[in-house]
Amino acid sequence: MIDTLVHITLLLVLPPLLLGVINKTKAWFAGRAGPPVLQTYYDLAKLLRKGLVISETTTWIFLAGPVVTLAAVLLAGLLIPLGRFDAPIAFTGDLILFAYLFGLARFFTTAAALDTGSAFEGMGAAREVTFACLSEPAMFFGLLVLAKASGSLNLTAMLHGPAGGFAMSAFAPLVCVSIGLFVVLLAETCRIPVDDPNTHLELTMIHEVMVLDHSGPLLGVILYAASLKLFVLGTLLLHVIAPFRAPAPWLNGPLFVLEMLALAGVIGVVESTRARLPMRHVPLLLVAAILFCGFGFILMVR
Amino acid sequence: MIEAAQAAAATGAVVSLVLILVAIVLTAASGLPGLFVARRSARGQWVAAVMTVLGAAIGLAGAGLAFTKRGVGPLELPFTVMGGRPVLAMDSLSALFLVPVFLVGALGCLYGLGYWPQSRHARTGAKLRLFWGLLLAGMTLLIVARNGLVFLLGWEVMALSAFFLISTEDHRAPCRQAGWIYLIATHAGTLALFAMFALWRWSTGSYELSAAAAEGMSPAARNGVFVLALLGFGLKAGVMPLHFWLPAAHANAPSHVSAILSGVMLKIGVYGLVRVFSLLPGPPPAWGGVILLLAAISALLGVVFALGQHDLKRLLAYHSVENIGIILMGLGLAMLGRSLQRPDWVVLGLAGCLLHVWNHSFFKSLLFFCAGSVVQGARTRQIDRLGGLARTMPWTAMLFLVGAVAICGLPPLNGFISELLVYLGLLRGVVAPDGVGSAVAIVAPVLAIVGALAVACFVKVYGAVFLGHSRTPAAAGAREAPLSMRAPAMVLGAACVVIGLAPIAVAPLLDAGIADWMPELGSSAIPLGDLVPLGALSVTATALAAVIVVAVVLLARRRRAVRGVGTWDCGYARPTGRMQYTASSFAQSIVALFHWVLRTRTQGPRVDNAFPAATWMHTHVDDLVLDRVLLPAAEAVGGWFRWFHRFQQGLTHRYVLYVLVTVILLFLWAALGALS
Repeated sequence: MIDTLVHITLLLVLPPLLLGVINKTKAWFAGRAGPPVLQTYYDLAKLLRKGLVISETTTWIFLAGPVVTLAAVLLAGLLIPLGRFDAPIAFTGDLILFAYLFGLARFFTTAAALDTGSAFEGMGAAREVTFACLSEPAMFFGLLVLAKASGSLNLTAMLHGPAGGFAMSAFAPLVCVSIGLFVVLLAETCRIPVDDPNTHLELTMIHEVMVLDHSGPLLGVILYAASLKLFVLGTLLLHVIAPFRAPAPWLNGPLFVLEMLALAGVIGVVESTRARLPMRHVPLLLVAAILFCGFGFILMVR
Repeated sequence: MIEAAQAAAATGAVVSLVLILVAIVLTAASGLPGLFVARRSARGQWVAAVMTVLGAAIGLAGAGLAFTKRGVGPLELPFTVMGGRPVLAMDSLSALFLVPVFLVGALGCLYGLGYWPQSRHARTGAKLRLFWGLLLAGMTLLIVARNGLVFLLGWEVMALSAFFLISTEDHRAPCRQAGWIYLIATHAGTLALFAMFALWRWSTGSYELSAAAAEGMSPAARNGVFVLALLGFGLKAGVMPLHFWLPAAHANAPSHVSAILSGVMLKIGVYGLVRVFSLLPGPPPAWGGVILLLAAISALLGVVFALGQHDLKRLLAYHSVENIGIILMGLGLAMLGRSLQRPDWVVLGLAGCLLHVWNHSFFKSLLFFCAGSVVQGARTRQIDRLGGLARTMPWTAMLFLVGAVAICGLPPLNGFISELLVYLGLLRGVVAPDGVGSAVAIVAPVLAIVGALAVACFVKVYGAVFLGHSRTPAAAGAREAPLSMRAPAMVLGAACVVIGLAPIAVAPLLDAGIADWMPELGSSAIPLGDLVPLGALSVTATALAAVIVVAVVLLARRRRAVRGVGTWDCGYARPTGRMQYTASSFAQSIVALFHWVLRTRTQGPRVDNAFPAATWMHTHVDDLVLDRVLLPAAEAVGGWFRWFHRFQQGLTHRYVLYVLVTVILLFLWAALGALS
């Protein structure tokens, strides 16, 4: 019960902090002071207090987009174990639900973008669904490897691994998978080198351009859902790259938070040191992710 | 005691079958009265609707009884056909396939009252209703037939009725062409089935379709039956290389006909495969492998070709190919499970297959009904000439959304449940210690790509047709469909929601179907509920749906919103319908990824100076098999026989001359033979 409460609290409270850490890292690289680490919380508080502007072109789908996205990502967050804690909801096959919830979120986000009748937002939506076609199989290959390595079809058991930790033979496949999943994480959360969250040129954006017309609380919901998605996918990746166990059970929580913030720092480093890829090269990067995860699978079952 | 019970069951109690027979008679006759009333009179369509709905209700009752194992026959017909009395029987497998036949059959007939009323279609209305009834009767008959010849009788009634339904508007050239291509394809399939049943008769000694009869078959004969069944039933089901008749036929038929063709008739092909494979015990693993491979190809290429389409109904037709692929993935997995003694694969695979048969018939019919409403409201099927219909046709938009989310296999609707079953079956292979399972699991990422592409495709359709600005005045002035067209779609939408939120309700039916498919499973059959956490799924899906609905309703009621302004769009003062992203542009980046198979043809003048005059561009995706293989091949064969035209010039006296010459030559031959 306590574990569930801790899980839900972490899930609800921590995500905006990650964006703060990423931005702080980027500012540090650029030699700037940067916004405060808690800036995203201030932004969210501000946006939630504001009014809404709703285009007369739109229908209720425009409202449903952010709401469905938030609900789907939250549910996905309840399916995945945070660090050493078990997930509040766990059943056989929950990995499929986990993956398909992101599909549901994508359906409504892109539909809401098309609802505005704007060419820019249509462009962003088209890119989003295109890149998802490549990141989805990479993620599934990764999940297959985890299922094979742990002998389970339940996310909690899959990610915690067998009782004595993953077998030595699973080491190489898991390295491959972690590279692939990191690329998937960057693509799905619209980070450099796939997309630039700070860009101000609509023609080159993916996620930010889809939500150009959302304002006020809806924009807040979108911002929060995006950070939540980063948190959830980051958690998935952390299980693969840092399956550490704290010496005392009560240390597991702080350890997980530290790992998560470190991952945000790594993303910040990638964003600071890499340039955004030309749009036509993004599929190549994602195909590389499929290949990494696919080879991981082949290594696993050979 | 048990023997007595068996005897009682064998002699009496064929209630379920009798109900089905009544349903066959009622539906078959439903179009007849309409032939004898005045063309302008609406009486015929009401009689047909009442008879069809009554027949379907009686038939559904019969199917429901079959699940309780009461009164399922077998029933020997009181006459002899080719040395044997034909047998009809019911079991859960038949009942599972009969439910969509009756449900969509009745709802489609009601939809037709608003969509194809006699008052507007005086010339074609009576014909359409006559063949609609015959189509239902044919399908029902073949599903309960346990004799090869009766099966073929039902099959041909179905196939020919479908031909007349597809070419309902036979004054339009594309309809005629679609009809002819369908007719050729379906008869090629029937030919394969004739060969299959002949082989069956030759190797078992009777036309009776029973597992006992198949026991003595040699492995070679079994392989022959497998290949011929795959060919004959695969053509009807629209498996990828054999799907070529399907896009044009579904696009050009009236929309409720498209719904029943795509939602139900394709499934009859699946029924044939399921039934015949259930009768062949101990299949080699290669069969399951072949089916899985075909399934993966169908699913992937079906959705890829759908993305390239500009015609709403053609796009939906290609999605049927994709969904047949998903259905066959389940069947292939079940076959492999049967070969390799893996009951969990059999249960999950076949449950996924059977449930997806239901689900696809519900959401695809729903989507075609909505497409019909769009066509009637806006007078075009071209996606890029529609737009903004959600404001003028809110009900249709809502219903289409339900169908779109369901067909993409997204939670919390029914498509997700059946795909989950298939996924779980595929993934259970990977956790098992042996190697075969891991090879099977490779299909799972393919299914993941298919899912992502389906989302892309339906966002494209939904966005371009229902959201944004209207692209043409016709779309802006579209009128909402009448209640008679919306109500049937609502029933189907409700079915999608109910199965999605409470899959536990259908689990016993699926368990019964699995037991009938593989009787030797016996006590080793695992109930579906033990393999899949249906309860947990139900709770999560319901919670998700409830949260979304409540939140959207609360938000929509929010007062503090500035309305009545245009889309901001980074400062455009007057955005218009022509400035928004088109469906073709939306799909372009994915179409480019799959250029190696789609090979889009682009026509139009080059734009080279800085101030071009008005110009145009046209893109088209040719069908992989029909346009790129079959038609060129037919052209080539026609070319080889051009020399024959010298003899065939349409002059009767020449033909008589040929007869004379032939007879003289025969005389000479005979005379020479007598001499030597």
